[in-house]
Parts: sequence; C-alpha cells; structure tokens
Amino acid sequence: MDAIISLFNAAVVFGTVIMFGAIGEIIAEKSGSLNLGVPGIMYLGGIAGLVGAFFYESSVDEPNRLVCVIIAVLCCFAVSFLGGLIFSFLTITLRANQNVTGLTLTIFGSGVANFFGGSLNKLAGGVGQISVSATSSAFRHGIPGLKSIGGGIGQMFFSYGFLVYIAIASAVLLSIYLKRTRQGLALGAVGENPGAADAAGINVTKYKYLATCFGAAISGFGGLFYVMDYTKGTWANDGTIEALGWLAVALVIFATWKPYNTIWGSYLFGILYWAFFYISGLTRSSQELFKMLPYIVTIIVLVAVSMRKKKENQPPEALGLSYFREER
Amino acid sequence: MDEKKHVQKVPLVRLSKRTSIERWKAWTIRGVALLAALIVCGFVITAIVHLNPIQVYKAMWNGTFGSSRRLWITMRDMSLLLLVGVALAPVFKMKFWNLGGEGQLLMGGCATAAVMLYLTDLPAPVLFICMIAASMVAGAVWGLIPAFFKAKFNTNEVLFTLMMNYVAIQLTAFCVSKWENPYGSNTVGIINAQGRQGWMPEIQGAAPLITVVIVLLIAVAMFVYMKRSKQGYEIAVVGDSENTARYAGISVSKVIIRTMIISGAICGLTGFLCVSASSHTISTAIGDGRGFTAIIVAWLAKFNTIGMVAISLLLVFLNNGAVEIASQFNLNDYASQMITGIILFFIIGCEFFINYKLTFSGKQKEE
Repeated sequence: MDAIISLFNAAVVFGTVIMFGAIGEIIAEKSGSLNLGVPGIMYLGGIAGLVGAFFYESSVDEPNRLVCVIIAVLCCFAVSFLGGLIFSFLTITLRANQNVTGLTLTIFGSGVANFFGGSLNKLAGGVGQISVSATSSAFRHGIPGLKSIGGGIGQMFFSYGFLVYIAIASAVLLSIYLKRTRQGLALGAVGENPGAADAAGINVTKYKYLATCFGAAISGFGGLFYVMDYTKGTWANDGTIEALGWLAVALVIFATWKPYNTIWGSYLFGILYWAFFYISGLTRSSQELFKMLPYIVTIIVLVAVSMRKKKENQPPEALGLSYFREER
Repeated sequence: MDEKKHVQKVPLVRLSKRTSIERWKAWTIRGVALLAALIVCGFVITAIVHLNPIQVYKAMWNGTFGSSRRLWITMRDMSLLLLVGVALAPVFKMKFWNLGGEGQLLMGGCATAAVMLYLTDLPAPVLFICMIAASMVAGAVWGLIPAFFKAKFNTNEVLFTLMMNYVAIQLTAFCVSKWENPYGSNTVGIINAQGRQGWMPEIQGAAPLITVVIVLLIAVAMFVYMKRSKQGYEIAVVGDSENTARYAGISVSKVIIRTMIISGAICGLTGFLCVSASSHTISTAIGDGRGFTAIIVAWLAKFNTIGMVAISLLLVFLNNGAVEIASQFNLNDYASQMITGIILFFIIGCEFFINYKLTFSGKQKEE
C-alpha cells in the first residue's frame, strides 16, 4: 500500500509538470500555433520564478511566504508570456515557419535558463548553486487539515502543493471555455479554418496572439512547478526540463487536444515513467526502456487517431500554418 | 494590420506577397539582420557580464579560427552539421517535416558502435563497410517508420518524427548501459582504445580531413540528385503540389517513403562519422543537438547547399566561440545557446521582409 501511495505521489508530481505544459500547448494549438518552443518556455518560466524568489529571499531577512509565492508566480507568468510573445510576433505577424521558430525558442529558453541558473549566484557574488528554500516550502505546502486524514487518503490526495490543484482546475476550466463559450468556439474555428473564421468576422490575429501568449504563460508554470516542487527550489543544468517539455507536447497528442484527457494522461505518463522504480529486480538498462513508454504510447495514439479518422480526435486543421488573408 | 472595426480607416501598412526578389537584395536584408542581431547580442553581453562586446567577439573569433587545430575542429563541426542539413533538405522540399534527424543520427551511431564492439576482429575494410552499412540502415529504418504512416494514413509527421527522437534517445541510453565499460560507470568509454579498430584513419595534422571530404562529396552528390535527376524533380513537384504530382502520375507515397529513407540513411551516416571519426564512443550526447539545429540550417538556407554551408559556419562559430568565452571569462557555456537563439530570431524574422512587401499608405514615401 505504501508503495502504491508513493508511486501515485511521484506520478502526480511528475504529471503536474507536463500537465501545465500540455494545457498551455492545447490553447496555442487550438488557435493553429504549433508551438514547439514549449520546453524553452518551461525553462523560461522556471528560471524566472526562481530568480524572482532568489532576489526577494536574499534581500530580506525573514521572507514572507505569501510574498515569495506571489513574486515567483508573477515573474514566471510575465517571462513565459514574453516567450510566447516572441513566438507570436515571429510566426503570426512576420509569418515565419512555426517549427523553426519553436525549435529556436527552445534553444533560446534553455540557454537563458541554464546560463542564469548555473551562474546567477556567481554573478551576484555568492558561491554554489541558487536555492530558495522558503519559497519552495511555501509551494510544497499541502492542504492544511485535509492532508493529515488517515488511511493514506490525506497522503494520496491532499499532500501536494497548490499548483497541483490549480493544474487540474485549469484543465477543467479550459475544457469548459473551449466547448461552452462563444470565444472558445471562435478560437477553435481559427485553428480549423482561419479563412472562414476571418470571413465570419473573427479577428484571427488577435485570437492567435492571445491564445499563443496565454498558452505560453500556462506552460511556463510547468517549469515553475518543476523548480519549486520537483527539485525543491534548486537548479540543475541537466536538461530534465527539456525532456519534460517534449513529453508535454506528446501529452497534447495523447489527449487528442482535449483538456480533460490531460489530467489522467499526465498521471499515467508519470506512472509509466516512475514504474521502473517500484518493480524490483530491474537492471539499469531495462529502466531506460521503461522511460521510453510514454513516447511509444504517444506514437501509438497518434497512429491510431490517424487510422480511425474520427473527426473530433484530429489535430486542428490549420495547425502549423501561418495565415495570410490575401493568400488563397 | 487592418482592424475590422474601423472600416473607413486606411491601414497604415499594406502587405503583399513578393513574387520574386533580386538575390543581392535578399542577401542585403539577411546581412542587415545579422548585423542587428550581433549588436543586440553585444548589448546583452555587456548588460550581463559587463565586458566590452568587441573584445568578446574577438575572443570568439580566436576560439573558432585561432589555431590550425581549432580551425580543423570548426571545419569538422561545420561539416557534420551540414551533413544533417543536406539529409533534411530534400524531405523539407517535399513539405515533409522530418524533425527526427537527431534520432536517426543516434540510431546510426548506435549501429556503428555495435559493429565496432561485436565485429572487432574483421579486417579493416570489411569492418568499415559493415559500420557504414549498419549506420545507414539504422537511420533509414528510423526515417522509414514515420514516412510509412504518413504515406499510408496521413499521420502527422511533425509530431511522429519528434517522438521518434525520444525513443531513439532512450534506446541509446539502453545500449549505453548494456555496453558500459567499466561496469557501473554508465558510459561506454573509448571503444577499441587499444587496437583502434573502426577508427577513422587520421591524416597527419588534419585529423578530420576525411570527414570533411566525405561530407563535401555527399553534399555535391545531393545537389546533383536534386537538380538533375528525375527523382529530384519528383520531390520538387510533390513539394509544390501533391495534386499536380498525382495528376502527372507520380506516386506521392512512394516519393515520400523513398526520400525519407535517403534522408534517414544520411542522418545515420552522420552518426557513423560522429562515432568513428570524432567521439569514438556512444552516448546520448554524440548528436550534440545537430539533428535539431540542422532543421534550422536547412530551412533558413532555403535548401540551397551554399547557403547551408554559410549558416552552419555561423552557428558553429557562435557555439565554439561561446565555449571559448565561457572558459576565458569563467562563465557557463549555455551563453552560446542564448546568443544563438537571439541571432536566429533575427534571421528567421528577416525572411518576412524577403517574402513580403510593405507599402506604407498616405503621404509617406514608399519603401
């Protein structure tokens, strides 16, 4: 039982990182922007939150936990939003190719984050790596009262930091937004057929910009959660965020562009990813094969979806294409 | 951008697609963008590390071209990047997005390492033929899988090839831990360090010469294939319009599969060169992200071979130069990725001014 709870905990923490990334990417992809810069944006969001919290914690003696959280969240939001803005400006206004721009954004984001993450302390005159213990503990605080419920229930459902619950809530809200509101339906139309949406009086440029930028901002929280919760307020130049960022892109496909599916999909990915840890007698080499599972499952879903050709499971029709009104 | 709400208002800027542009104009635009990018990077460098950017660029120049050894390393890195670019260009021209270069390269590298490890005793020429064949087959298979599903079921190849990279990375990690030497180190170590079986022979003073020559030969061959052969023409037609291709009796799925096999095989061959000629080991890092960087190279050069040489050289200069600054000024070398990112944003952005014409309205002068 303990093993199951601990696997579940690991899967939820792992899953939340990629769930944020995937939810943000779904918004962007719904508008037709295939933002392959998600790993870069998660990097940017993570480092921004970390740097913000670092400067606050090192400037006051007794950091107030609420202020810590607010600063980290605001920094993360603003910088990831800016990352999305770079992508939007290049692909929407300048009509650059989305794949190339996205990959460049990933190179850029990982460069910025690892550069500052690795040398910020030195630049600021300190020694060793950055660490923001107060902020991180505020992020990891479970739900008071509920988390001590016995029988494993508290441990299983209420022991996580608040971002875990926000991720679930945003998946639900996004689903309602996309299906039940006028704006959400318009957004879907922009991604399916921008020409028709334009003719129907929808401002395509505005929708694409907002969806891509806000999507990026949400993806950035995946990076913030990784830094504050998964690695407990420290930084390591090991490229994990990038690998998780690509898993987030995979999760979007796995979820067939439906926010609800990201909730269980992300936890499933987490279980697949961590399962090797709980199966005894595995060699190190077979562990590497286990880590392949999320990607293989995604490929199977991708192929199955394209073979069955069910309309509601397809990628948005205009995904990856720039829109130029005068082009026919 | 024209706003829907103010119908009466004349838009400030009107966009139209250019049908053609003189070559010198296009290159001037690119040159200006590069210059602007270097200036912006200069400001960024000064802001972060308080160093004179001119000095920094000078150090980068030294790090890349400073000595004959460095020059050869630059040549080697450039040609490896170019080779992946050469592999990707034909599929991109077909409007098939092969983002799986990295995985195809790694699979080629794994196959090469496997041959080096298990068939050590073969005579050198046979060993090399086996290594080359194995690497090309491995890369080709990795390219064939997504191509088959694209041709048969129209499965989205962008996402498929992207995922194949990570399967390949994990498979490489699996091989590394299978072959690890010494036990527990989780690295393969230098393969055949004693007898140097399967090592690309080194020519005195110019170790990577053979690599550079091989890459140049393949680049020329690919150029001829694309421009002069029937298959190259078919690729161009499929890229322009699949319907036209079908009407002309070209089997689109056959072209897709064939071109992806060629592309994957060349990526696999790059993996062979990485293992046999430079690293002499296998790890998930032998590709060094070339599979991804080359996508940008091929796209920005518009699949033009000379253009790909120029852009590869620029990227290698930035990377090796930044490694040099990092060690000289005691920073970490991720700065190079940051600078590369900024410069690429500018180059990507400037394509807009090459493809579109801006007309300013009102009494403003035309541009």
